[in-house]
Amino acid sequence: MFRNIFWRVAIVALSGCSFDAYAANDADLQAIREQVQVLEQRINQQSSAAAASGEGAFNPAIALILSGTYGQRKQDAAIPATGFAMNANNTAYTRGFALKESELGIAANIDPQFRGVGTFSLDPAGGINVENAFVQSSALGNGLNLKFGRFFSGLGYLNEQHAHVWDFVDQPLVYRVLWDNQNGDDGMQLKWLAPADMFIEIGGEIARGRGYPGTDRQNKNGAGAGVLFAHFGDDIGIEHSWRAGVSLHQTRRENALSNAVPDLNGALVSNNFTGDSRTAGLDFVWKYAHNGNTRESYLKVQGEYFQRNESGMLTYNTTGASITDSYANTQSGWYLQSVYQFMPTWRTGLRYDRLASGIASVGALNAGNVIANYAFSPSRISWMVDYSPSEFSRFRLQFARDDSRQGLPDNQLFLQYIMSLGAHGAHQY
Amino acid sequence: MKKLLSIFLLLVISWNAHAELNVFACEPEWAALTQQLAGDQARIYIATGALQDPHQVQARPGLIAKARSAQLLVCTGAELEVGWMPVVLRESGNSAIQAGRSGYFEAAQYVAMLEVPTRLDRADGDVHAAGNPHIQTDARNFLPVAEALSKRLIQLDPANTAYYQRRLATFDQQWRAAIARWEKQAAPLKGQPVIVQHRGFPYLNNWLGLKQVAELEPKPGMEPSAAYLGNVLSGLQQHPARMVLRAAYQDERPSEWIAERARIPAVIVPYSVGGTSQATDLFAMFDDTIQRLLAGLK
Repeated sequence: MFRNIFWRVAIVALSGCSFDAYAANDADLQAIREQVQVLEQRINQQSSAAAASGEGAFNPAIALILSGTYGQRKQDAAIPATGFAMNANNTAYTRGFALKESELGIAANIDPQFRGVGTFSLDPAGGINVENAFVQSSALGNGLNLKFGRFFSGLGYLNEQHAHVWDFVDQPLVYRVLWDNQNGDDGMQLKWLAPADMFIEIGGEIARGRGYPGTDRQNKNGAGAGVLFAHFGDDIGIEHSWRAGVSLHQTRRENALSNAVPDLNGALVSNNFTGDSRTAGLDFVWKYAHNGNTRESYLKVQGEYFQRNESGMLTYNTTGASITDSYANTQSGWYLQSVYQFMPTWRTGLRYDRLASGIASVGALNAGNVIANYAFSPSRISWMVDYSPSEFSRFRLQFARDDSRQGLPDNQLFLQYIMSLGAHGAHQY
Repeated sequence: MKKLLSIFLLLVISWNAHAELNVFACEPEWAALTQQLAGDQARIYIATGALQDPHQVQARPGLIAKARSAQLLVCTGAELEVGWMPVVLRESGNSAIQAGRSGYFEAAQYVAMLEVPTRLDRADGDVHAAGNPHIQTDARNFLPVAEALSKRLIQLDPANTAYYQRRLATFDQQWRAAIARWEKQAAPLKGQPVIVQHRGFPYLNNWLGLKQVAELEPKPGMEPSAAYLGNVLSGLQQHPARMVLRAAYQDERPSEWIAERARIPAVIVPYSVGGTSQATDLFAMFDDTIQRLLAGLK
């Protein structure tokens, strides 16, 4: 306010000058008029800054992600990868034009201690899915970070990243079959960052066990899933940076029903599994940019490996014979991908995926029914190129040769757009 | 055992007493300023290099680790670091440097901001609500920032108050003398028409009286197309410019393209300490900036 008065006085003084001393000179008058205009503009700017206070100023940051695809493929997306019929198979592929989930994000500081984040995905067919809804506290200090509510688990590297920052249209196969694309759960997470020059972070989560492979414990006390992870990372000079991690996930699966599972008799049956699921993972990412200037160009190489061990009791053909005996299997998968920004706004990427369905130990009662060894390794190779006119818009073209189903190779083509409106939060590494 | 414990405690206390202030500087110019004001009382980590576009830095694990143990964060603010700093702050688990705390220092709060937009619309490109954040190109801006930063150092490390005050007084005196020198040297630049590659020079223009006639980015932060550059080139026939300016970290192609066709020199401005091999400290950064601009006139 004081400044406003100051500027007004200055303008009056200036305009006064113009009449007294320079009245005869038109050019000078013009110059002074311009100066007055500049000063007036400043006053307006300051007033508008003052107007930012009030009720509206406390509105949270709101972001909306719009995304859609055009897809062309030979095989039906519902056919699972060979050997993974008892896993998740959420491809989210649609032939032809399709709207993808619209993601609405709302975030704000709640008070000096807490920050709240809500991410709601609006299903194109209708309905709202609460993707994330968590409270985070970084006021604990000492490198501690607490999160509670519904959030994407800190396991792996890609798991925490939202769909709009994925480098490809879809998730790697290993994420699709082992995590149903992304493991989100209801619970709490505590992370601790070591006071070192290098990035060393360890964290743990306890949760409901809602997200796949969890089976959502109905009406039970206690925790249904646990995660432990450690991340390491650093810069090497100004041009290189990296992060590596290890993670462990454990849950108890109860009455996990799978439909259309092939058996040794050539039929498709429904199986039911109850037992323990333990998953271990390794991940790394390395990024390079000339002079560290990621605006011009950069190279990113990342890879992850997960291995899951499940052991318990399997009921074969729940709608028919319904024979229960022991079942144990170890499945694994990995991917390696690289994304290269060869000039501002243009990137290209290549990804290779591979899965191993394992050789199951099947109890004697089911030895003649359940397929123990599929003797096939699903794989896929994907290539993409994307163009981002600005930080907030992106168009992508992706080709994939999908050999994840034995005898059913698939050539896939995708076109995608991802647009972000409103407040755009900072991205994770 | 008791003796051992007391020795350990003594060590901890004495280590604390001699501890330097851990400073996390977002850009090299603020690291250099902190160095001027805090001397050997501060251990300074520089988050970005002068050849990096500070808008587009990633929240790298290395940055988060350094922020974890920082006692003071010195950044430009005005949303320049909005694409990475919020994640670094959140993941650092360091409550002392969160926004609003005494360990959080934004230089832009202490200078008069230019180009504060009257409307906020992404259709206008990468605009910053608080105004243009490239405040470091006007040497005069360092005076109020230095004064505020010195106060902050004293607040965080009151034991060395006299030391910080002495260093501020020295800096202030030397800097004012340098400004007078630079302004004298730069007198021929006054009123000279220039093109800029990115809308990053309003403070420099305002200070030295350069007249900006065109920008090479159609909207701030957007890459120029060949057609757009062609428009700028034809516009130059009506409003000729003496040179085209770009920051050291910017892609050379657009300004070289214009420079070649309009037959004007393309001038690289160090923009921060380390942007050019001559810009070794704050004083050298402005020496070099003015030398390069003057060379552009020839």
